[in-house]
Amino acid sequence: MGHDKTGWTRDEMAARAAQELQDGFYVNLGIGIPTLVANHIPDGVDVTLQSENGMLGMGPFPYAGEQDADLINAGKQTITTLPKSSFFDSATSFAMIRGGHIDLSILGAMEVAENGDIANWMIPGKMVKGMGGAMDLVAGVKRCIALFDHTNKRGESKFLNKCSLPLTGQNCIDMVITDLGVFERLGNPKRFKLTQMADGVTLDEIKAKTEADVIFE
Amino acid sequence: MGKVYETSNAALAGLPFDGMTVMSSGFGLCGIPENLIAALRDSGAKDMTVISNNAGVDGFGLGQLLETRQIRKMVSSYVGENKEFERQYLGGELELEFNPQGTLAERIRAGGSGIPGFYTKTGVGTVIAQGKEHKEFGAETYIMETGLKADMSIIKAWRGDAEGNLIFKATARNFAPLMAMAGKVTIAEVDEIVPIGSLDPNFIHTAGIFVQRIVEAKCEKRIEQLTLREV
Repeated sequence: MGHDKTGWTRDEMAARAAQELQDGFYVNLGIGIPTLVANHIPDGVDVTLQSENGMLGMGPFPYAGEQDADLINAGKQTITTLPKSSFFDSATSFAMIRGGHIDLSILGAMEVAENGDIANWMIPGKMVKGMGGAMDLVAGVKRCIALFDHTNKRGESKFLNKCSLPLTGQNCIDMVITDLGVFERLGNPKRFKLTQMADGVTLDEIKAKTEADVIFE
Repeated sequence: MGKVYETSNAALAGLPFDGMTVMSSGFGLCGIPENLIAALRDSGAKDMTVISNNAGVDGFGLGQLLETRQIRKMVSSYVGENKEFERQYLGGELELEFNPQGTLAERIRAGGSGIPGFYTKTGVGTVIAQGKEHKEFGAETYIMETGLKADMSIIKAWRGDAEGNLIFKATARNFAPLMAMAGKVTIAEVDEIVPIGSLDPNFIHTAGIFVQRIVEAKCEKRIEQLTLREV
């Protein structure tokens, strides 16, 4: 991350997203910045982390020597169990996700559009790695938060009128948290509204860097 | 009965053929049947369609079958971390069918359960939905996905008995119980074959009816992303 830029760091973005966690929630965290959310779970809030490769109640990374090749998270990192942990097969794991049993999904994004569409799995013409469980998560989880840098390396907005990349899901993102602020998608018809600005960021800067048609006040 | 085989090559003998469809368990390198994959490579079977969540890494797991060009098509949800895969795919030598991970798991579960198709919200409005039947249930749109079966499933388990009853360890379970149901023939590679009666029937994950052959074999169990906590 550049040090000259204004707005939240990745850790601060994760900390802001963690404020959306509620006591008793079952939560799936995506790979990348969303993984950092686990470091900021508020005191007194008990959440159970789901890993789509087949585990509920994900524990912290192991100490050296405690690692087990048979115990990993969806990012293929070594992890540990908690007293409340359980293991299950992939169909059961996605029954939790697709069946609406997971309360919250926090995932990264390449693009999010004003209508709640998200693209985060491929860039045509470049190598395609695949969607993994992302399409299932955005289609099935009760509430989805996209956590991403507001602009790309060229300074162009990633919060758009319409996604240009192949979609992961349509009309599925309920909240956007970027390095510049927080946008909630509310009302009927649903529209994104700026609800919080990151420290040191001006409304003019957010407006200039947001292509999406959002409510600013 | 005679489900127990002494070596991975013997366990596979007579089954592989050119153009066959194979399911192979694992999430990344966790829970892959390492020795059966090597035996499948040694069998020389080619033009295979392989259904597996991932494609291994260069030179390990299913990466070995890519190196020898034995795979014609992969059905997967995520195929990063594999340069040889990328090279063959971009060069048009390898076909690839992406499935959302939950759709892939459910297609396998359905295929093994006598369910030819089902409807899901996953993928609606994306390239995954193109060419598929759409149907309204209530106010929501769903797409039809079909069940998947295989000529042979090769899976990894923790402990098994001569009856083919299996238990899995931690997150190494993933796709294995589903693939065991969807294979015309299922071969289980286990860390340990235990005497009949020593597995508690209350805690068997896969019942022996789904397993036709079983072999005990030592696995390397490579870790992809060793991540440790500071002391």
